[in-house]
Amino acid sequence: MLPLTEKKISLTIKEMESGLGRIKDLSISIGKLSAADWAEPEGPTPYPSLTALRSWDRTLLSRYQPFYMPFCDLCCLCTYGKCDLTGTKKGACGITMPAQQSRIVLLSACIGAATHTSHARELVTYAIKKAGRDCPINPGGNAIGVEAPVIRLVCGEKPEILADLETVLDYCESQITALLAVTHTGQEGNPLDFESKVLHAGMIDQVGMEVADLAQISALGYPKADPDAPLAALGMGTVDTTKPVILVIGHNVPPSVAIIDYLHKEHLSDQVEVTGICCTSIDATRYSPRAKIIGPMSWQLRYIRSGIPDVIVVDEQCIRTDALAEARAIHAPFIATSEKNCLGLSDRTCDPADAIVADLSSGRLAGVLILDPEKAGEVAVRVARTVAPARKNARIQTDPATIREQASACTQCRLCQRACPNDLKIPQGMKAAGAGDMSLLAGLYEACVGCARCEQACTKEIPVHSLIVAASAERIKNEKFTIRTGRGAIQDIEIRNVGGPIVLGEIPGVVGFVGCANFANGGKEVAEMSVEFAKRRYIVCTSGCAAMSIGMYRDEEGKTPYEQFPGDFAAGGIVNVGSCVSNAHIAGATIKIASIFARRNLRGNYAEIADYVHNRVGAVGVSWGAMSQKAAAIAAGFWRLGIPVVVGPHGTKYRRMLLGRADHDADWYVHDQRTGEDVYAGPAPEHLFVAAETKEEAMVLVAKLCMRPNDTTRGRAMKLTHYIDLSQRNLGTIPDDIPHYVRTTADIPVTLKGEITRILAQSDWKERPIPDPTLLTRDKPSPSKER
Amino acid sequence: MTAADPWQTAEIAGPKKASVITKPAMVLAVISRAQHPVLLIGHNAVTIDIGGRKLIDYLLDLARVKAIPVIATGHANRALKARGYTGASIMPAVEAGHRIADPTWNGPDGKGPCDLIIIAGLPYPMAWTLLSGLKHFAHHTKTIVLDNTFQPNANWSFANISVKEWQDNLEAITADSKSGGETDV
Repeated sequence: MLPLTEKKISLTIKEMESGLGRIKDLSISIGKLSAADWAEPEGPTPYPSLTALRSWDRTLLSRYQPFYMPFCDLCCLCTYGKCDLTGTKKGACGITMPAQQSRIVLLSACIGAATHTSHARELVTYAIKKAGRDCPINPGGNAIGVEAPVIRLVCGEKPEILADLETVLDYCESQITALLAVTHTGQEGNPLDFESKVLHAGMIDQVGMEVADLAQISALGYPKADPDAPLAALGMGTVDTTKPVILVIGHNVPPSVAIIDYLHKEHLSDQVEVTGICCTSIDATRYSPRAKIIGPMSWQLRYIRSGIPDVIVVDEQCIRTDALAEARAIHAPFIATSEKNCLGLSDRTCDPADAIVADLSSGRLAGVLILDPEKAGEVAVRVARTVAPARKNARIQTDPATIREQASACTQCRLCQRACPNDLKIPQGMKAAGAGDMSLLAGLYEACVGCARCEQACTKEIPVHSLIVAASAERIKNEKFTIRTGRGAIQDIEIRNVGGPIVLGEIPGVVGFVGCANFANGGKEVAEMSVEFAKRRYIVCTSGCAAMSIGMYRDEEGKTPYEQFPGDFAAGGIVNVGSCVSNAHIAGATIKIASIFARRNLRGNYAEIADYVHNRVGAVGVSWGAMSQKAAAIAAGFWRLGIPVVVGPHGTKYRRMLLGRADHDADWYVHDQRTGEDVYAGPAPEHLFVAAETKEEAMVLVAKLCMRPNDTTRGRAMKLTHYIDLSQRNLGTIPDDIPHYVRTTADIPVTLKGEITRILAQSDWKERPIPDPTLLTRDKPSPSKER
Repeated sequence: MTAADPWQTAEIAGPKKASVITKPAMVLAVISRAQHPVLLIGHNAVTIDIGGRKLIDYLLDLARVKAIPVIATGHANRALKARGYTGASIMPAVEAGHRIADPTWNGPDGKGPCDLIIIAGLPYPMAWTLLSGLKHFAHHTKTIVLDNTFQPNANWSFANISVKEWQDNLEAITADSKSGGETDV
C-alpha cells in the first residue's frame, strides 16, 4: 500500500498548447490539504508509519523500562487458551508474559485512540454539515498562528479548513487498524515492539483529539483560546428542580447543541434546565454557559436516582451501560443518539417528532434511538416539558426512617466492602444507619465512585449506593460550585511569554490534571493538588472530569479554584482547556514552545520535537483516578513526547509502569550539542509512567519529575526548592537523591545552602557541566538497545 | 467463599496462589531463612488500628528486632520519623518493586539482592498488582504479606482474618522475634 501522502495528486500546468486550446496556470489538487504551499521545510517523518519512530521509542524505552504487573496470569484471547503465562511459561502461541502485558496495553491504547478518532470523525462530519467544508479552522483568531501543533508535528500538514481534517482522520484510522492488527495472535512477539506501538497509538490518539476539538471549536463558536472564558454552574445543587430538567451524558456534543438550539429557537432557554454529566456537559457549557454540569461520570447513578432528570439523553463514551434501566426505574424517558450506543432501543430516527414525543410522554416507550441530533434535541425538550409536571409531583425522597429500615437488614457479611473498588467501610455505615446514625453512611459519599458494585454483592438486595446518597441529601443540596468553561487552545502570545521561563526552568513546571478522579477521595485530592501547585506558581492545566473535580471545592472565603486563580497559561494559572479531546491542547502547548519560543520546525519532525520537549519542557501529567482505555491512550501520547505521567494507586492496574533507574548512572547521559560530548545529566525526568500511593507522594513526584537537563541554575534551584519543601512537608525529610540533581553549586537553593552542601560533601558529588541536551545522536547510532 | 479467597472478591489471580499463614511461627521461619529481607511499609500502616496500637508500630518492632531494612512508601516515612526511625529508604512502591525484581540490585542497604520482601500497609489493589509483578518477574525473591487480607499473588499471606486474630499473630511474631523462635514453613 502506498503511504497516504502519495495518494494525493497535485497537477500544475504553467502553460500548454492542446487541441482544446491554450491552458495557462492550471492547478488541480485531489486529496491534498489546502495549505499545500506551506513553506516550512518538511521533516523526516510526515504521516509516520508504525515503525517510523521506532528508534525514538527505543531510546525512551531503554531509559524507562517496563515493570510489568500482570492483572491476570492467563491469556484468554484465543481458543488455544486459556494459557497459563505465570513466570517464564509461554502460551500456546509462544507469547511470554511481558509481551502479553504489552499487548493488552496496546489493545487498551487502541480502544482509546479509536474512541477519540471515531468521535472526531463524527464531529468533523457534523461540523462540515453545520458550517460547510470551507469553514476555516479557527481555534483562536489572530491570537493563534500555530493552529494545529499536533497535526503539524505528526502529519506534516497545516490544516486550514474543516475538509482538511478528513484527510488527517484517514491517516489516523489507517494507523489504528494496523495497530489493532498487531495484537492478533501470532503477530508481534517482542514486548518492546509492542510498547513502541503503544506509543504510536498514543500519538495517533493526540491527533484524533486535536481534530475533534478543532472541528467543534471552529464550527460551534466555543471560547477561542480565551483565558477569561465564562464561569458555568457546577453541581447537583445548582439545578432548579422546579423546571423541566434534561440530563445529557457522554462525550459527543451534537445532541446537547441541538437541545440548546431548540430551546433558543422556541424562546424556552430560561424555562428548561439543561444539565450534563461527563465531557458532553463540559462541551455544552462551551456552547452555552447556561448549561449546567452535574459532575464527573461517578455522579451518574446518584443524579439519576435523585429522580431530578425528567428526560435522559445519552450520546457516547463513559455512559453506564445500565443507564436505560436506571432511567426506567425513575420513569424518565430515555433517548439514545449514537450508533455506538443503541442499547437495544427501536430506531425512530425517520419517524415524525410528534409521534416520538407522544410515545415517550405517554410511557408507551421507555426509550428510543434517534440518530439525528436535531430531532433528538427537539424530542428531548418537548418530552421534558410534557412529563415534568407529573414527575415533580411523584418524586420520591428516601427519608431517614426508610434508610434505617433498609440498613437494618444488613447482616454484616462484608461482601459489599469486598466488592467496593476502594474498600470502603460500608458495613460499619450500615450498622450505624440501622441504629439511626446516618453520619458514617454519609461520610462514605465523598469517597464513593458510584459504581454500585456493593449493590451487586449484597445478598439482601439492599440498595446500598442509594442509601449512601440518601444519607447525604443535605450535602448534595449544597453542591453549588463554578467551573471555568473550556478555553481550548493556548495563545501564541502566552507561549511567547512563558516559553523562556519554562525552558530555562524559572517557571517550575506545567502540571496537567487529566482524566477522571475515580478513586476514593480522588476528586478532593485532585483539587487540593491543583491548588497547591497553582500557589507554587506552576502552570496548572486541566480538562474533562478532572476539571470538574477541581471546581467542586471552595476555600475559606467560599471561592472555587476557578475563582481563586486566573485561567491564563501563566505561572499560577489554572487552565481548563475543555473536554477530554481538549487534552490535545496541553500536549500542543508543549509542542508550541518548541515552535514559537525555540523556532524549531514542527512539520513532520516528531523525534526532534519530542527530544526537545523531553529535555527542556518541565511538564508532567497527573491522571489520578483514571480508569478508561482512553486514559491509557492519552497517557501514551504524552509518553511519546517524553512527558512523564503520574497515576494514582489504581493506575497499577494499567499493567505496567515505565520506570527509570536513578541508581544506574549510565542511563542518564545526554549528548551535549555544544561540545559534542556525552555528559551525565541526572535522572531528569526519572520516570515516564509511575503510580503514586498517596496524594502526598504524588506531589513530591510531580515536583521531581518537572526537572529537566536544560534547566538553568536559577531554574534548577527553584525546582529543587519545591521538591525539597514538598518532600519535607509530606515525607518528613530532605530527599536522599539531591546529589543527582545538583549540577553546580549555583543549583543549590540559597535558603538550603548549608544543609545541601553538607549532603553533597557526604556523597561523592562532583560539579558537572550543564549540557545543551539531546538524546538524538545524529553522528552515531541511537543509544537504544535490544532487551 | 473461603477465608483464603482474595479479599477483593473479583481479584482472582491465576493458578499460582499464596500459601496461607496459619501460625506466627511460619512468618518467623521465613524471615530467619532470608539473607537479605526487606520490609516495605505502605501508608495505610500509619492509620490502621489494631487493638489500640497502629500497624506501623508492630512493623517497626519487627524491623528493629530483626534488623530488617525498611522501604517506606506513600507518605509512611513521616510517621516513621515521628517514631524516631530515620533509616528508611523512601521510594514509590512500584519503584521498589522494579528494583527488587532486578537480581543485581543490592537492596536498600547495599548488602545484596533482596531474597525476601515483607509487605504491609499498601492499598489492597496496589499490593495485589505489585505482588503480581514480583511473582512473575522476581524469581530470586519470596514475598510475604502481613496485612489481614488474603493476597493471592504473594508466596505467603494471612487469610482474611479478624482484627483480633491479626493482633494475636502480630504480637506473637514480634514477641518471638525478640526470642528468635523458628518453625518449619
